[in-house]
Amino acid sequence: MPEMSTAEDRLLTGWGRTSPSRAALTRPRDVDELASVLSSSRRGTPVIARGLGRSYGDASQCGGGIVVDLSAFNEIGPVDRDSGLIEVGAGASLQSIMAATVPEGWFVPVTPGTRQVTVGGAIASDIHGKNHHRDGSFCSHVAKMTLVTPTGTHELSEELDPELFWATAGGMGLTGITTTATVEMIPIETSYISVDEERFEDVDSLMAEMRRSDSNYHYSVAWVDCMTRRGGLGRSILTRGEHARRRDLPTAKRSEPLVAPVQARLRVPFRAPNGLLNAATISAFNELWFKKAPRKKSGAIHSLSSFFHPLDGIADWNLLYGSRGFLQYQFAVGDDHEDCVKSAIELLSSHKVPSFLAVLKRFGQGDPGPLSFPIKGWTLALDLPVGPRQLPSVLDELDSLVVGAGGRVYLAKDSRLRPDLLAAMYPRVTEFEEVCRRVDPDGLLNSDLSRRLGIRHPGATWRE
Amino acid sequence: MNDAFGRPQSVIVLGGSSDIARAVVRRLAGARCKTVVLAGRDPERLSSAAKEALDAGASLAPVVLFDAHDVAQADLTVSNCFAAAEGPVDLVIVAVGDLGSPDSDERDPTRTADLITVGFTWPASALTAIAATLREQGHGRIVVLSSVAGVRVRRSNFAYGSAKAGLDGFSIGLAESLRGSGVIVQVVRPGFVRTKMTEGLKPAPFSTGPEEVADAIIRGIETDAQVVWSPGLLRWIFMIMRNLPQSIWRKLPG
Repeated sequence: MPEMSTAEDRLLTGWGRTSPSRAALTRPRDVDELASVLSSSRRGTPVIARGLGRSYGDASQCGGGIVVDLSAFNEIGPVDRDSGLIEVGAGASLQSIMAATVPEGWFVPVTPGTRQVTVGGAIASDIHGKNHHRDGSFCSHVAKMTLVTPTGTHELSEELDPELFWATAGGMGLTGITTTATVEMIPIETSYISVDEERFEDVDSLMAEMRRSDSNYHYSVAWVDCMTRRGGLGRSILTRGEHARRRDLPTAKRSEPLVAPVQARLRVPFRAPNGLLNAATISAFNELWFKKAPRKKSGAIHSLSSFFHPLDGIADWNLLYGSRGFLQYQFAVGDDHEDCVKSAIELLSSHKVPSFLAVLKRFGQGDPGPLSFPIKGWTLALDLPVGPRQLPSVLDELDSLVVGAGGRVYLAKDSRLRPDLLAAMYPRVTEFEEVCRRVDPDGLLNSDLSRRLGIRHPGATWRE
Repeated sequence: MNDAFGRPQSVIVLGGSSDIARAVVRRLAGARCKTVVLAGRDPERLSSAAKEALDAGASLAPVVLFDAHDVAQADLTVSNCFAAAEGPVDLVIVAVGDLGSPDSDERDPTRTADLITVGFTWPASALTAIAATLREQGHGRIVVLSSVAGVRVRRSNFAYGSAKAGLDGFSIGLAESLRGSGVIVQVVRPGFVRTKMTEGLKPAPFSTGPEEVADAIIRGIETDAQVVWSPGLLRWIFMIMRNLPQSIWRKLPG
C-alpha cells in the first residue's frame, strides 16, 4: 500500500472489546487518496472502512489487512430549508450533525442509542431508532450517496442504481466505502421530548400495550428485566415520546428551546476488573432502574440526550466490562412470533445469565436492503458481559430459537453467530454477494465479521 | 476468525495425535472449528485423529508429518501446516514432548539430548515460525502444552521437566513480545495426566485425565488466561511447592 501520511499498525476491536486484531489503519485525506488505497490493494489485502468503532463485534476490523479511517470526510453542509436535505461526509458523527443542526431546528431522521456513530456507519448498519415502527431505518431517509469501490466511484440513489444502493444499506461496508450522503432531516420546534412512562409487571401486559398503542407515538422503547422473576416474567418500563412543542416547555426553557446536545466529558476513571459487572451488581442496577421509574407518568419533558442517548454521558462506558469485554445480542422476529421474545427472556432467566435491562421495540416494515436487519415485528437487544461459562451455549440455543421463528440477529452487534445460520437468517445473502462482486470482483472488501461469517462466500459458509 | 468467546474456525495442532490434543479438537470441531490441521509423527494415529475431527464437525482435516528431532525442518513443517489450512489460522496448539523412560535415559547422553530437542528446541523453533506468520495475519492464538513438571523440576523426570521449564519460560517471553500484535500465547500446565504417554507410571497426587485438561484449555481460551492449570487447584499448590526447601521437596510423593 502507498505510504499514507497517517498509516500506522493498530490493534482494533469493536465496542464490545472482544477478539482484537491488528491492521494497517490509514486515514485518506480525500477521494483520490481513498481510491488509491482501494486500487493498490489489488494483491488481495482485504480492506474495510471504520467510523467511530461503535459496532459491538468485529464489523470494522480487518486483521492483517487495511482499515480505512474516514474521519477526514467530516464536512457538514447546510440544511436546505425547503426540502430538509443535508449533505454530509460519511465520517461525520451524528453528534456533530446534531450540534450543527439542532440550534437551527433540524433533527436527524433516525438516531440509535448513541450519537457517537458516523453517517458511513449508520448506512453500513442501516441503523434503526426508537421510531422504526413509524419511520423505518436510516437508509430510508438517505436520498443519495457516493460510494467508492475497487472498480470506481458510484453516485447512488433509489433511482440511479437501486440494486447497489440497497446492498450498501445495511451491507456492513462490504460493497465499498461511502464518502458522502444526502440525508432528509426532520424539523423540530424544541430540543426536548415530551415523554410518557409506564411500568409493567410482566412482558405479556407490556407487549399487549405496545401492540395497542405504539402507533400513537413517534418514539417508543421498553426496558425489560430478564433477571428477576418476581411477580411475572419480564417486568418492564415502557417509555414513549414526541418532539415537544414550544408551548409544552416550562416557561424557563421557552426562551431557549433549541439547545445542541454536548459531547461527553466524563470518562471511566479507573481500570475496571473483570467481573465488576456480574449477576449481583447487574440485578442491583436493574432494581434501581425500576425503583426510579414512575408507575405511570405522562408529559414529562426530557432533553434529547437523556431520552435518546442516556449512556453518552460517559465517553467510554464499555470499559466497565473489564478486559474480557461484552457483547450485545439483538434479534428481530415477525409479529406472529411474540412467543419467541418470551422464550428468549425465559431462556436467559432460567440459565441465570447476567444481563442488563433488555431493550424491546416494535419494528415497522423493513427496507429493501438484502442485509438490512429490521423485519416487521419485534426486536430485543441484550447487553451481556463475557465471562459466565454458560453464555456461549445459551446464545447458540438462542440462535436456534430465533432461526426457528424465521428471525435474525443484527450483524452490527454480532461477534459470535454460527456461520451456517447466516443464510437462514439472511436468505438474500447470495443476491447481496452478487452485487458485491459486480463492483469488487476480487473480493477485496472484507472485514473480520465477513470472514468469520463467510458473507463473501455464501453457500460455502465455511470451507466445504 | 476467532469469535467473542475465542472459539476458532481453524486450528493447527503440532502433536495432533496426543490424547489431550484429540480431546481439545473434538470440542473445537463441535463448536465453530471447520479446519483442523493435524501434524505429528505417526501417520496411522494422525489419520484416526483426523477422522475423529471430521466426525466431530470439521470439514477439512489434512495431516502433516514431521519429526521433532529434526530441528532444521521446524520452520518448513510450520509453513506446510499453514499451507494445508488453506486460509487464516485462528489457533495453533503445540503439544510436542517426550517423557522418555527416566530409568534408562538419564544415563544416556544421546537420549538426553533427544528429550531436550523434542521437548524444547524443536517447539521453540516452531513457535518462532508460528509467531511470525500469526503476526502478519494480525490475529491468532497459540496454546503451548507445558507441565507442572517444568514449574519445579524433580528427580523422577528431570530431563523432561527441564525441557518443559525451558519451553514454559520461552512461551511466556514470546507472549510478552507479541503484546499488541493481536496474537495471544497461553501456557497450559497440567499435573500428572493419565494418557498413553504416562501409561504404566504411578499417578502423582492431583492426577487428571485428558478430558479434564481439554475442558480447562477450552475455558482458558475463553478467558485469555496467561497460564491454564489443570486441575485449577495446582495453581495454589505450586505457589507453595516452588518455594519449599529442596530437602522437603525431595520427600514428597510423585
